[in-house]
Amino acid sequence: MDYTGDPAGAHAYLDAASAAPLHPVAREALLASLADGWADPARLYAAGRRAQQLRDASTAVVAEILGVRADELTFWPSGTAAAQAAVLGGLGGRKRAGRVLVHSAIEHSAVLHAARAAEAVEVGVDRLGRLDLDAWAAAVRGDGVALASLIGASHEVGTIQPVAAAAELCAEAGVPLFVDAAQVVGRAELPAGWSLLSASAHKWGGPPGVGVLVVRKGVRWLSPYPQDDLYRPGPPGSLGLPQVVAAAASLRAAAGEAAAEAVRLSALVDRIRERVAATVPDVEIVGDPVGRLPHLVTFSCLYVDGEALLHALDRHGFAVSSGSSCTSSTLRPSHVLEAMGVLSHGNVRVSLHRETTEADVERFLTVLPGLVADIRAEAGL
Amino acid sequence: MPGVAVGEIVRVLADDPAAANDIPAWCRMKGQEFVAADGHAFDVRRVL
Repeated sequence: MDYTGDPAGAHAYLDAASAAPLHPVAREALLASLADGWADPARLYAAGRRAQQLRDASTAVVAEILGVRADELTFWPSGTAAAQAAVLGGLGGRKRAGRVLVHSAIEHSAVLHAARAAEAVEVGVDRLGRLDLDAWAAAVRGDGVALASLIGASHEVGTIQPVAAAAELCAEAGVPLFVDAAQVVGRAELPAGWSLLSASAHKWGGPPGVGVLVVRKGVRWLSPYPQDDLYRPGPPGSLGLPQVVAAAASLRAAAGEAAAEAVRLSALVDRIRERVAATVPDVEIVGDPVGRLPHLVTFSCLYVDGEALLHALDRHGFAVSSGSSCTSSTLRPSHVLEAMGVLSHGNVRVSLHRETTEADVERFLTVLPGLVADIRAEAGL
Repeated sequence: MPGVAVGEIVRVLADDPAAANDIPAWCRMKGQEFVAADGHAFDVRRVL
């Protein structure tokens, strides 16, 4: 591998959609609450009351930012746990209606795994990764539909989904809608009309190990897990309270910065979309160029092994992810790229965050064309 | 492809799990026609 001509620069972490770097506010809150919030919030002594205060304050902060009531919100051990609890609990609460789960073809794999507990009906997307609303309308009106699930915006290609329109169709059919908002919360406006929602703290700069589940008032939700003595529906076991406090503090910070960051990062994403298309031959920039998340862009290169490109970028200091089959745990191409019918070979997802600088992006754009050309040359092209 | 006359069909044999998705995507990107798939066999017609 030829390293000459590689502009000097620090390592750049460009995989915020997997896990955003910890927000400095989260670090401070985590350290403070490790000292102050370790006791069991259910106990009646002073340390327990202090923990309860921290839990209630964290719940109130996150509820306010999401625009919901505090008693509609619970914290879970991860975004995956929250999303799966939404699906399984939503299905459980609507057993009498049937056992069909309508879901988009581009849900997170966590939701697709939970969908195996139901009779799943999948609804496709177009080439840009947008839900087929006509097919959705027909599907949610079908017999025995207990729940519908639609990701707020694709974690793989960034396309924002027509949640409000899908929610209206669900409401007409009397079907509750679950929205996986992991990539939306803390970055963009939440859509309206959903019944259940999940999010994940380490996507907005909080610590890993905190998921959020919202179940709106009047929505039937039955915990898929054994419950406690008082039947307070929620995750089994103790809450990771210091992480929850840090998650709440960082969400407040991220939400405060979100509008300005969206403008800044979206311009950098536009730059990546334009420059990669102009400087890398035989490349497809995927996802909706306009109705998209502010911080995420995905492209696929013909005649390039995704794993080879990932490693080449890593050697040059860039951390990105890929939906190519050779890079996945299943050795299958990304189901999202397949559903869109776009190239899955040589796939790269770049996702930016508050610490990403213009210089990081410029260095990436300078280095990328040469790396792609080198891999193609090695393959004899 | 350069050795194939316009209008002729090439049968691609591929057991890569991505082939069913990526061969039609290649056709779209390169302006060629994807004809049909049968198991691990994919027919592509050169149109350009």
